[in-house]
Amino acid sequence: MIDNLPFIACAILVILGLYTLTFKRNLIKIVIGLNLVESGVNLFLITLGYKSNAVAPIYTMAAKEEMVLPTPQALTLTSIVIGLATTALILSFTILIYKHYKTIDASKVRRLRE
Amino acid sequence: MIGVLETGTGVWSALYWILSFAVLFIIVYFIYSLGGKTVKASGDKGKPFLSGNEMEKEKIHVKASNMYWGFTEALKSYYTPLKGGHTGNINDYVGWFVLALAVILILTGGL
Amino acid sequence: MINEHLPALVIGLPLLAAFATPLVSKINDKLRNIFVIGILGITLYLVYSLLCNVLNDGIFVYVMGARSTGLTLPSGYKMPVRIILEADAMSVFMAITTAVISLIGAIYSWAFMDKETGKDKFYTLLLILTAGMFGMELTGDMFNFFVFLEITSIAACGLVGFRITRGESSEAAFKTMVLYTLGALFVLFAVGILYGEYDALNIATLASRIQYTMLDKIALGLLLTGLAMKAGAVPMHMWVPDAYAEAPAPVSLVLVVNTQAGLYGLFRVLFSLYGASLSTQTVGWILIILGVLSMFVGVTMALIQDKLKRLIAYGAVSQIGYMLLGVGVGLATLNTPALQEYGMRAMEGSIFHVINDAMYKGLLFLTAGAVIYCTGKRNLNEISGLAHDMKFTSIFFIIGAGAIAGLPPFNGFASKLIIYESVYKFNPMLSVIAILVSILTLAIFVKIFQSAFLGPKLLDVKKEPRSMVLAMLVLSIIVIAFGLFPDVVVDKIVSPAVNALINRMDYITAVLGG
Repeated sequence: MIDNLPFIACAILVILGLYTLTFKRNLIKIVIGLNLVESGVNLFLITLGYKSNAVAPIYTMAAKEEMVLPTPQALTLTSIVIGLATTALILSFTILIYKHYKTIDASKVRRLRE
Repeated sequence: MIGVLETGTGVWSALYWILSFAVLFIIVYFIYSLGGKTVKASGDKGKPFLSGNEMEKEKIHVKASNMYWGFTEALKSYYTPLKGGHTGNINDYVGWFVLALAVILILTGGL
Repeated sequence: MINEHLPALVIGLPLLAAFATPLVSKINDKLRNIFVIGILGITLYLVYSLLCNVLNDGIFVYVMGARSTGLTLPSGYKMPVRIILEADAMSVFMAITTAVISLIGAIYSWAFMDKETGKDKFYTLLLILTAGMFGMELTGDMFNFFVFLEITSIAACGLVGFRITRGESSEAAFKTMVLYTLGALFVLFAVGILYGEYDALNIATLASRIQYTMLDKIALGLLLTGLAMKAGAVPMHMWVPDAYAEAPAPVSLVLVVNTQAGLYGLFRVLFSLYGASLSTQTVGWILIILGVLSMFVGVTMALIQDKLKRLIAYGAVSQIGYMLLGVGVGLATLNTPALQEYGMRAMEGSIFHVINDAMYKGLLFLTAGAVIYCTGKRNLNEISGLAHDMKFTSIFFIIGAGAIAGLPPFNGFASKLIIYESVYKFNPMLSVIAILVSILTLAIFVKIFQSAFLGPKLLDVKKEPRSMVLAMLVLSIIVIAFGLFPDVVVDKIVSPAVNALINRMDYITAVLGG
C-alpha cells in the first residue's frame, strides 16, 4: 500500500486539475488547472522508473549498483519543456483576450457561441 | 477497363453516367425546341409583386437565416437542447470531454 | 543517396526551411514567397518518390542515428533502442495528401495574406505545422508521435490566433489550445502506462508484446478519447467551428489535414498497436456510434448557422463521421470471415473518403476565403448576388458543393457509394442514416449558394487575384479527376493502405526482423 502512494498522488493531481478546468471560471485558473494535469502526468512518468535502494542514473564509469530507469526521466524532461511552451502561448492569448474583452471571466468571453 | 470502380456489390462508372446524361440531355433539348417561344418579360410583366405591393428586387430576396424556417420550427424540440448544449463556454467544452472519457473508459475497460 | 534517407528528409526539410524563412524575408518579400513554395514543391517530389519506393519495395524502415539506416537490432539487442521511422502504405497515403494540400495553401496565401503584417512569422508557422504533420504520419515510435502531436498543436493554435486585431481570434485560439493540450496529456498518460507495462516505446515492439490486460484497456480508452478529440468526433467537437472560422482561409485548409493526421494516429493505434487482441466488437461499435453522432449533430448544427465559415466547419465535422463509420465497421468485423466480404470494402471507402474530403473541403474553404477577401463581410445575411462578378468562385463553389453532397460525377459520390453499400450489409439502419445526412449536406450548401451567389447584386466586390484562382483550379481538377477515374486511385494507393493496416504482422516483422 505504501508503495502505491506516488500513483495515488498522481491520480489526485489529475483529478484536481480536471476539477479546476471544469468548474473555475477565471481564465488564469484554467491555465493553472492545465498545469496541474501536466504535473500529475509528469509525476506518473518518473514514478514508473523507480526501484528501491537505487541511485540516480547520472554516473559514467559507475560502480556496480542499481540505478533507476533513465528513459522515463528523458521523457519527463521533454514533457516539461513542451508544457513550458504551451503555458507561454496560452498566457499570451489570455493577455490579448483581456485587451479586447476587458474581462477574463469564461462565461463572458464567449462571443463565438452555438 | 479504366474508369470502372468495383464496389463490393456492383459497378460504378462515371464516364458511362456522363454519356447517358448527355444522350438524355440531347433528347430533352430536342423536345424543348419543338415548343413555342416564351413571352419576353417587359414593362409590368417582369417586376416582382407581393400581395398587391410592388417592391424592388433587393427587398424580396430571402436572407440566409430565414431560409429553412419551416424545418427548424418543426424540429424545435430537437434544436432547443442542441443549441443549449453548444454554449461557447470553455468549462463546458472540458466537461463534455471528461464525460466522453468516462463513458469510453467504462465501455472498453469494464471499470 | 537521397533514396536512403527519404523519410528523414521529408520531415527535416520543411523544419530547416521554417527557421530559415525569417532570414530570407529580410532580403525580399517576394523571394520569401517563392522560397516557401519551392521548398514545399521539393517536399512534394520527395514524398512522391517515397510513395513509389514503398509501393514497389514494401515497408521502409529508417533508424535515426545508427551506423546504417536499416540496422534496427544492433548486435546483442533483442529490441530496437533508437527512434525508428516506419513508412508503410497508409503512412505515405496520408503524407501525399499533406504535401499536396500544404503546397496549395502556400500558393493561395501569396495573394490572400498580402495586406497583413507579420507574414514571415505566418510562413514560419505554416512550415513548422507541415513538418509536424509529416512527423506524425511517418513515425514508428509512440513518444515521438506525442512530441510531433504537440508541435502541430502549438503551430496550429499560433496560426488560428494570427489576426490579433480581432478579439474572437484570440478566444478561438485559447479554447483550441486548452483542448489540444488536454488531449495530448491524456495521450502521454497512455504512453506512460504502456511503457510501464512492457518497457518499450516502439510501436512494433509494443505490438509484439501486448496482451489485453486491464491497464491496456485503460490506455486504449485514453488514447481513443484523446485522438478522437483531435479528429473532431462529436462530444468533443466544439473547438472545430471556432478554430476553422477564425483562422485565415489557407490555414483552415491546412487544419483539415491536421485533423486527419489525428485520425491517422487513431487508426494506427487501433490496428497496428492493438490489432486483433482488442475486443473488436466493443471498440468497433464505439467508433460506429461516434461516427453516427458526428454525422448527425454536425449537419443539423450547420443548418442554423449564419456565418459562412462556421457553416462549412460544421460540415467538416459531419464528414469526419463518415470516416469513423467505415473504419468502425471494418474493425468490428476484424476476426470474422465477413472481413473479406464487406469489412475491407468499408475501410477502403473510408480511407478513400480521407483524401476526397481533404480535396473538396479545402476547395470550399478557399472559396469562402475568396468571398471574404473580395467583399470584406463574413455574415451570410449581408451578401447577395455574387455570381454576377465572381464567376470563377461560383463555378468552383458548385464543384465543391456537388462533391461534398455526393452527386455524381464528382469524387464524393465514389467514396460514399462504397461506404453505403458495405455498411448496408453490416447493419441497414446505419446506411439509411448516412444517406439522410448526405441529403441534409446538400441542403446546407444550397443555402449558401442561394443566399450568397444568386439573387440581386447588393455590394461592390473586388476582383479575385490570380494566385487564389490558380489554387482553387488545381483542387477542382483533382476533384473532377478523382471522380472520373476512381478505380485508379483505389487500386493504386487506397487498397495497399487498407492491406497495410490489416496485416499487422508485416508491420512488426519489418522492424523486429521476423
